[in-house]
Amino acid sequence: MTNVFDAFSGTANSLYGELPDPAADAGFDPSHPKRVGFFTDTSVCIGCKACEVACKEWNLVPDDGTDASDLYRLTGMSYDNTGDLGASTWRHVAFIEDVRPHGSATTAHGGASTADVTTGHIPSGLPALGGGALPKARDAATAPPGPGGSGTGTVDLLTLLPDAGAHGQQTPDDERDVRWLMSSDVCKHCTHAGCLDNCPTGALFRTEFGTVVVQDDICNGCGYCVPSCPYGVIDVRGSDGGAHKCTLCYDRLGSGLEPACAKACPTKSIQFGDLDELQAAADARLAELHDRGVNEARLYGRDENDGVGGDGAFFLLLDEPEVYGLPPDPIVTTRDLPEMWRNAALTAVGLGVAAVAAFWKGGRR
Amino acid sequence: MTEDLNPRMPQRSRIDHDQVKPRRGRSRGRKGEQLQVPEAEFRSYYGRPIIKAPVWKNPDVPLYLFLGGLAGSSSVLAAMAVATDRPTLRRAGRYVAAGGAMGGTVFLIHDLHRPSRFLHMLRVFKPTSPLSVGSWILSPFAAFATAAAGAEALRPYLGERGTGRFVQRAGDVAGVGAAVVGPALATYTAVLISNTAVPTWHEAHRHLPVLFAGSAAAAGGGFGLVAASVRDNEPAARLAVAGAVVELVTEEKMTRDLGMLADVYDKGRAKTLMTLSKACLAAGAVGAVVGRKKRWSAALSGLALMAGSALTRFGVFDAGIASANDPAHIVVPQRERIRRREEAVQAGTTPPDRHYVPAAGN
Repeated sequence: MTNVFDAFSGTANSLYGELPDPAADAGFDPSHPKRVGFFTDTSVCIGCKACEVACKEWNLVPDDGTDASDLYRLTGMSYDNTGDLGASTWRHVAFIEDVRPHGSATTAHGGASTADVTTGHIPSGLPALGGGALPKARDAATAPPGPGGSGTGTVDLLTLLPDAGAHGQQTPDDERDVRWLMSSDVCKHCTHAGCLDNCPTGALFRTEFGTVVVQDDICNGCGYCVPSCPYGVIDVRGSDGGAHKCTLCYDRLGSGLEPACAKACPTKSIQFGDLDELQAAADARLAELHDRGVNEARLYGRDENDGVGGDGAFFLLLDEPEVYGLPPDPIVTTRDLPEMWRNAALTAVGLGVAAVAAFWKGGRR
Repeated sequence: MTEDLNPRMPQRSRIDHDQVKPRRGRSRGRKGEQLQVPEAEFRSYYGRPIIKAPVWKNPDVPLYLFLGGLAGSSSVLAAMAVATDRPTLRRAGRYVAAGGAMGGTVFLIHDLHRPSRFLHMLRVFKPTSPLSVGSWILSPFAAFATAAAGAEALRPYLGERGTGRFVQRAGDVAGVGAAVVGPALATYTAVLISNTAVPTWHEAHRHLPVLFAGSAAAAGGGFGLVAASVRDNEPAARLAVAGAVVELVTEEKMTRDLGMLADVYDKGRAKTLMTLSKACLAAGAVGAVVGRKKRWSAALSGLALMAGSALTRFGVFDAGIASANDPAHIVVPQRERIRRREEAVQAGTTPPDRHYVPAAGN
């Protein structure tokens, strides 16, 4: 176990900063399994929500049950009627219908920046697939088709549409450009997890796989983890009073299985594996997309030097993180905890001194 | 941490706060239109909150914050009253310290969503969790304060001789123990709420301990004014007035330093509470200076000071909830942080600490 003094004196990055092996920092033997995680490649997400369903099924997560008066719980904002992650939603597919006046789209919006794009609203090359072998070609872990293969051997999805450029709501009409963004959100299993450090009972713990899990039989429902999460993931469930979130299918990991959501994902948008391999795959995928001109692609949660020490579950996004409901630059709250304790201790001394000083020369009357 | 607060943080002009969805409220509002407003100064997922607002219950938690401060500073007053022979102040301080500790414990347990497991709070000691540290502060404080109050309650029956004398000395020792822990009970709650991702609380982590210490002094001194005799209440009046001044000044400085994050103090219930709080504190402080020597005016001033202290806790709590529910409070400061970091990178002063390429043209 890392010495408490080390954590607060800054000699060990237990509270903030780069921490290559959070499981070892939590006290696991060096022979613990490698850190695992998710790489969610939103550029191939089709918004089918199979991950949401598989997660609920496997983990026996109950109905969200927030509002009985609204039978279908329609949010009225998009095809996303789940809304956000919560105690009973451990995978959440965000759905963004991005509508802009025609011609005003920027590169990030998928507007025309490369010469041969006539459709305007969909980044060229983005949905392009390697010929035939669907999952393999999309899986960045295997060798990507590469820039050399442009043209021959790849099929642009746009040409598969009924009559190129006239397909439902994705059609740019004379007045608007429309683009759909879909992303399956999940607990990030942070290197520096605010929920874990703030949990007063020890119910939240770091597993040997480097993930963060709640022990339901310990949690007393204090709710401190809820505002501690910079991503708004964990929440207290109304029906049982306990805090719940994604476990990265801790039970399945122990049996050598991949998590239910990754298993169910039909497009390999959700990839599960050892974190270092996923990071390499993500870097390759990002390079591939940039080569194809999808300059708006960026990785989120990949950087081990970011405010939470990097995420165990990270993403490839096609727009700013906040568009997907993610904080653009999260920082774990415990980064400032040593300073907070110092300030609170000093003010406590100050309060005590003030209360004693109030009796100065009080004398008796 | 020094760079997170930018005094020149851009002010938002076009964000309609009422459009931000309340946490559990679904299917109302006009969220679908938000993405169609390109001139909005920040982007979000249909205006939905990004972080989860605390599920802590109101009034349990703000009342606990208040009672912790009241009990903490009262315990010091009581211990000092023993040393300077002020029996009414001693009695008042001991009773309210014990009552505050027990009441606060009840509120804390009631706030749990699984109250029967409250003892799980004591199964570990975690310095990284302010709530764990707080549990270990509150427990000994409650024990000491209750022992001191118990000795006080037995005083009329046991007298000052024999067993009575022993009980009173034990009570004095317990009172000193409570007085040593008390100030920590009053200020740790600032760490409790600022060690969260709630922007208005977290970014005020340098101000909140001082604010809460001032609030605690106002409450403890205020109760001394209410319950102690005119002969004994001068130290209480001094402490209360000093606390009120510190609280008023710190509150002002906090809202200035918070920049755009302070807007939650300027609207809704938080604004009402903070305005009332300032009025109560100012009136109580003036009353304590002018009217300390009359029993009724001293008591009224003390009540006003206590009310001001409590209203501050409720106001800070409400402001935090509003801040957590406002996606602008997450996105705008974090964007500003990224922008300044990128500026620093371009100036070649620090290495880049993000890998992703900022979106072109936006």
